[in-house]
Amino acid sequence: MNKNKEQLLNKRYKAEQRFRLYGQSAIFMALLFLTIFIFKIFSTGYSAFQKTWLIVPVTFDAELMMLEQNPSKEDIQDADYYDIALKSMADLDLNANEDQENELKRMVSYFFEKEIKNELLNDPSLIGKTKEVYLTASDDLDQVFKGNYPRDLPEDQRRVSDYQLKIFDQLVANGKVESKFNISFFTNADSREAELAGIASSFMGSIFSILVCLMIAFPVAVLAAIYLEEFAPKNRFTDFIEVNINNLAAVPSIVFGLLGLGVLLAIFQLPRSTPLVGGITLSLMTLPTIIIAARASLKAVPPSIREAALAMGASRMQTTMHHTVPLSMPGTLSGTIIGLAQALGETAPLILIGMVAFVNTIPGSPMDPAASLPVQIYIWAESAERGFVEKVSACIMVLLGFLITMNLFAQIIRHKFEKKWS
Amino acid sequence: MNLILFTFIVLLGFTSYYFGRKKAYTIQSTKKRLTALPQFYGYYLAIWCAIPAFIIFSLWAIFEPTIVKLLVLNDYSNQGYLDDELNLIYEKTKALSRGQFTGEITPFIEASAEKYLSLRSIAQSSKVVIVLSIIIASVAYAYKRISSNSRTREPVEKFLNAVLFTASLAAILTTVGIVFSLIFQTIDFFKVIPLFDFVFGTHWYPAKAFVRDSSEALDPTMYSDTFGAVPIFAGTFFIAFIAMCVAIPIGLMSGIYLAEYASYKVRQYAKPLIEILAGIPTVVYGFFAALTVGPFLKELGTSMGLEVSAESALAAGGVMGIMIIPFISSLSDDVITSVPQSLRDGSYAMGATKSETIKRVIFPAALPGIVGSILLGVSRAIGETMIVVMASGLAANLTLNPLESTSTITAQIVVILIGDQAFGDPKTQAAFALGMSLFLVTLCLNIVALRVVKKYREKYE
Repeated sequence: MNKNKEQLLNKRYKAEQRFRLYGQSAIFMALLFLTIFIFKIFSTGYSAFQKTWLIVPVTFDAELMMLEQNPSKEDIQDADYYDIALKSMADLDLNANEDQENELKRMVSYFFEKEIKNELLNDPSLIGKTKEVYLTASDDLDQVFKGNYPRDLPEDQRRVSDYQLKIFDQLVANGKVESKFNISFFTNADSREAELAGIASSFMGSIFSILVCLMIAFPVAVLAAIYLEEFAPKNRFTDFIEVNINNLAAVPSIVFGLLGLGVLLAIFQLPRSTPLVGGITLSLMTLPTIIIAARASLKAVPPSIREAALAMGASRMQTTMHHTVPLSMPGTLSGTIIGLAQALGETAPLILIGMVAFVNTIPGSPMDPAASLPVQIYIWAESAERGFVEKVSACIMVLLGFLITMNLFAQIIRHKFEKKWS
Repeated sequence: MNLILFTFIVLLGFTSYYFGRKKAYTIQSTKKRLTALPQFYGYYLAIWCAIPAFIIFSLWAIFEPTIVKLLVLNDYSNQGYLDDELNLIYEKTKALSRGQFTGEITPFIEASAEKYLSLRSIAQSSKVVIVLSIIIASVAYAYKRISSNSRTREPVEKFLNAVLFTASLAAILTTVGIVFSLIFQTIDFFKVIPLFDFVFGTHWYPAKAFVRDSSEALDPTMYSDTFGAVPIFAGTFFIAFIAMCVAIPIGLMSGIYLAEYASYKVRQYAKPLIEILAGIPTVVYGFFAALTVGPFLKELGTSMGLEVSAESALAAGGVMGIMIIPFISSLSDDVITSVPQSLRDGSYAMGATKSETIKRVIFPAALPGIVGSILLGVSRAIGETMIVVMASGLAANLTLNPLESTSTITAQIVVILIGDQAFGDPKTQAAFALGMSLFLVTLCLNIVALRVVKKYREKYE
């Protein structure tokens, strides 16, 4: 009898331990996913911040460039660089036949003419001389150099030929291949060529959309929250508004994209693919988030503040505007920043309003077509070239960096400026 | 031009604030008692100066293009043109008046371009005149009121109250906008495709509808068996189901652990870390699912002799489940913490272990709240777009095999609407019909979930 009891107790204790273990392993799993996730993104993405350059001797032959004696700046601007560019690449292998010369040319980006031109524009005295110029390597060689490209595939399945690899290895052995910090990733707009593609256009697109979103959503949401929390009578209509707000907070984001498409583009005829429309769509999405945050922080202001102001003869409007609202601002602002961070990561609605268009210029205003960072991630992730994989991860790192900074900022505002009432 | 006028109105508004306040000080200096603080005199004048002018200004900006268009096209009205042709003529006219027209210039269009230009200039100048005279009239009226020292605080506050109230209508307007943007296209869609075929049809090939030449008349028989949404609905719920299979056990158990077992320190670090998972943009999850999880599952399947598609429902659903973990864990954590301590104490006093207390007392008490949080999670899974677009297939297969690819409502909307859309095309309308069904399903889920959670809160607070 006694033994039976003990067995039962043991069984119950075992069950207790098991249950605890389930809980621990659930937390462990969740954190494991997070770690794998971050590790994967960083390990594929960090190499995109480096860019491979080939150092190629270029002879600035005035005759090949069709330049006269003592050329002016404009002449240098208009000169013909294709021939010397081609020649300097072909000179890498003096016994190359025509096909091989073509392959040599494809070892650098199609931008190489311009890079040689810039070199001469910086230093016009180079005419007639030979100088080693840094040329952007093609994205495939870039990947080879970073070790991301499977060299052991059969040649017909590779985008890099054996011949190109041979020359490339010679260059590497001679120290003529160099890896430097990839500035163009931050200054270039999108491009079809992975080695030239950058995030500048989508970054500006994101900034413009977020600004438009902030300018619309913040005032409207704060005013709405003030009304609902401080002035609204308790009746069916305000209940209906509340239900609406709570529902909107949970409506799938793609539905807002349909709203943007069906109303902003089709009816109001606003320009497609622009951060203006994107920002308006996102602002409708963030509105409920900010209203909920602002109401919560208005509610947290103790009634004694209001009563004191009213007792001093302030009107209700004065009480609210001079006392309650300023005291609730830290909470409202941190809620706003969190809402904006959500909007910054949103993709689906922007795709529907056409912000996936290929944009190779950097937008100068919210009325210019643009992409945004998450959409850029989508565009690059869908393209087949190997060089874009690391770009996607790098773009994700930039985006995550932004989101983390914004959330930290929200935390700081909340902890530093919010008054604790107790 | 509009910008200059707008800035002008704003500047005038600011100046009139200072004039109004100054007037109040002058009244005060004559030893008269003011009816409100001096700045209210300023606000009063500024509101009267800017708001009527601004209303006229925006109404003008909205209606001017339509009226000009009507007047220009008036010449063509009884010549039997179709609406589309009239629009084309108008576009040509506008292009010509900007000097950007490259086609053949007929005298007709030239005449209307001249008319367009003269109408525009008349409209512009009359706008300036009207706005300015409105400002003068309203400022004069308000200044007279101020001078006679009548009440200013009440009207100003009434105005502010109206502004606040209007702002609170934004949420309703957004909902109306959503319904409005979906419903017309949806109705048009169901005029061509019978509702029955949409809800019960089992073949979804919207690409087939693209073959139609726009000049051809609509032929409903062509679309039979193209817009059967069963595979899409099934795929949506299937992927959501897989996601919940991942999210419910992990989310619920970590919620319980955080609420009941974890020490303060573990809770302090683990909770925000898990919540990071909710802050990661979904496009990032999509990339992760497509690049890492998909190929990994494929390799794993091949090594076990299974045929796994690189874009499987399992990859998309699994990653979506990871995304939903924090929603369930933090909501159920909140719910469990708000169960009164007396229930726990009672159970411990009867000799129950902690896990027994949780399973037999706390869990049943917290069940409504937990169900609510799970429903919110389901609604999120159904509405999730990017993970499915990137990691699951885009072909609508009717299958229950998690290793094959399926498609969802959201993915189909993106597939149909990416790139250029032609409104009026059944394919585009199909996307809106899908959007409508998505909106309705999530709306029901949200209302039920919010109501359950609210009821539960009221019970214990």
